[in-house]
Amino acid sequence: MNTLIAISGLGVFCLIAEIFNLRKLLVPVTILGLLVILGLTISEFNTPELFNNPMYNNMIVVSKFSVAFSSLFIILTIFLVALSGDFYKEHLTKISDFIAIKIFLLAGAVAMISFGNLSMFFLGIEVLSISLYILAGSKRLDLKSNEAGMKYFLMGSFASGIILFGICLIYGAMTSFDVEYIKSLSRSAELPIWYTIGVILLLIGMLFKIAAVPFHFWAPDVYEGSPSMTTATMSTLAKVVAMATLFKLLDVLNADIDYKFQIVLAIVSVLSMTVGNIMALRQNNVKRMLAFSGISHAGFMLMALLSMATAASTLLYYTAAYALAGIASFAVIIYVTRDKENEDIVNFNGLGKTNPLMAAILTASLLSMAGIPIFSGFFAKFILFTQTITTGYLVVVIAAVINSIISVGYYFKLILAMYTKEAAEDKKAVPFVYHAVAVVAILLNIVIGIYPSLVMNLLN
Amino acid sequence: MNNVINEIGIENYIFLASLLFCIGVFGVLYRRNAIIVFMSIEIMLNAVNLLFVAFSTFRQDAEGQVFVFFSMAVAAAEVAVGLAILVSVYRNVGSIDIANLKNLKG
Repeated sequence: MNTLIAISGLGVFCLIAEIFNLRKLLVPVTILGLLVILGLTISEFNTPELFNNPMYNNMIVVSKFSVAFSSLFIILTIFLVALSGDFYKEHLTKISDFIAIKIFLLAGAVAMISFGNLSMFFLGIEVLSISLYILAGSKRLDLKSNEAGMKYFLMGSFASGIILFGICLIYGAMTSFDVEYIKSLSRSAELPIWYTIGVILLLIGMLFKIAAVPFHFWAPDVYEGSPSMTTATMSTLAKVVAMATLFKLLDVLNADIDYKFQIVLAIVSVLSMTVGNIMALRQNNVKRMLAFSGISHAGFMLMALLSMATAASTLLYYTAAYALAGIASFAVIIYVTRDKENEDIVNFNGLGKTNPLMAAILTASLLSMAGIPIFSGFFAKFILFTQTITTGYLVVVIAAVINSIISVGYYFKLILAMYTKEAAEDKKAVPFVYHAVAVVAILLNIVIGIYPSLVMNLLN
Repeated sequence: MNNVINEIGIENYIFLASLLFCIGVFGVLYRRNAIIVFMSIEIMLNAVNLLFVAFSTFRQDAEGQVFVFFSMAVAAAEVAVGLAILVSVYRNVGSIDIANLKNLKG
């Protein structure tokens, strides 16, 4: 609860900072505040039960799981806020709004991951989604951004309606929104048929949010049309949040004990990987390509949910590896395309000569997403596959390995463009933050790749 | 009040709410006017609110009614953002037909 209160306070501070004309200082101060909150959150890790305040009626339950994921979200937000300073420099008058929306988005994310009551979960997912609708449509004179905002709004509120109906039916069966109560009751009692329907609707809504096939069709359009900064937020932070929340929901609702459910999950996972990867092969727009790559990664993350007993630490490791690589690659993409009309691969031609460091970082992060060793993406996939084989889903693992090989194809399309094609323009100076964010993110990625136990042992 | 629910049967409330919800879903899927799509989303959310209240009375538990306040507040915030996006679309395109929004594809 302390984390959530502190984050909301920081968000309010960002809004007020505008009145006192602190716009120039806003980004550093916000990063400082987020670092303090990160420390506060990590201090709760070893004795989480001390921080469960009964005053709040079990709305927020602090556990090792919630603390670990909240820390990951805060780290990702620090990177995103650091990039915002330069990205929004032409909209300096509105910068406190942009930063505040990002902080409130983080508040929604933390509420989603540590809910102890389904009403808190609903409020969290809505705070997150509404912030993202605003960010997606935030370039208001640009038709593409408008279209992305509109599409995301329609699809998102449609999914929210479905989630709400699911919660309602679960409430009707359980007479309570309290997660612990639902968890104990769903294991034992004879439940009406509404309960199952409610669980299915809730999961469909969550699959919409994480953009898994067959509910993925909005993602490429929205990712392409939104401003690059928002695309970075959606493809790293929002995806990780939705995935971790889906895990927690499955854990609470005990949906995984049904064999039929596991089969459906396996099919959705394989379909997401395959459709995402095959569609990504024929994309020329980098943001659109990464959207499809994100769909395929959603498939991989769903695979982790097939073995619920060990899923928490695997999911944390996979999402950390994916999100850090995503941040590093988006730092480079935002830098390269910030004064271009579109994000086509042509813009990256010859980056290896004009700017070797940025090209190397983009290469490293794409290799991490493809799953090439020394980067943590490889170890994430390795641990995930071993775990899934142990649970007995060999077919799913075979499909996943084939998909990893296909994915190398489109990542290398971008890498080849950077190193073999001739550059169309001269070298231009890189603002320091892009370097800093990209280097730190990719270094963190490599560090958890070399020492996987750093992350893997957290939740055991 | 509880007698009324028992006499009518909770199932009928569920059928009514599901029917309204489906009307909302088909409205979102088939209508092309953005305002009508927004209204359809509101119908979906209000169908759920109706069912929350019915369950709350059926189970003699106030939590469901409190949840309705949350969901109404959230729906209002959501529509405010949606209408803001719609206004900026209208300024650029000059129409609120969502069939016009097809620049992004591939």
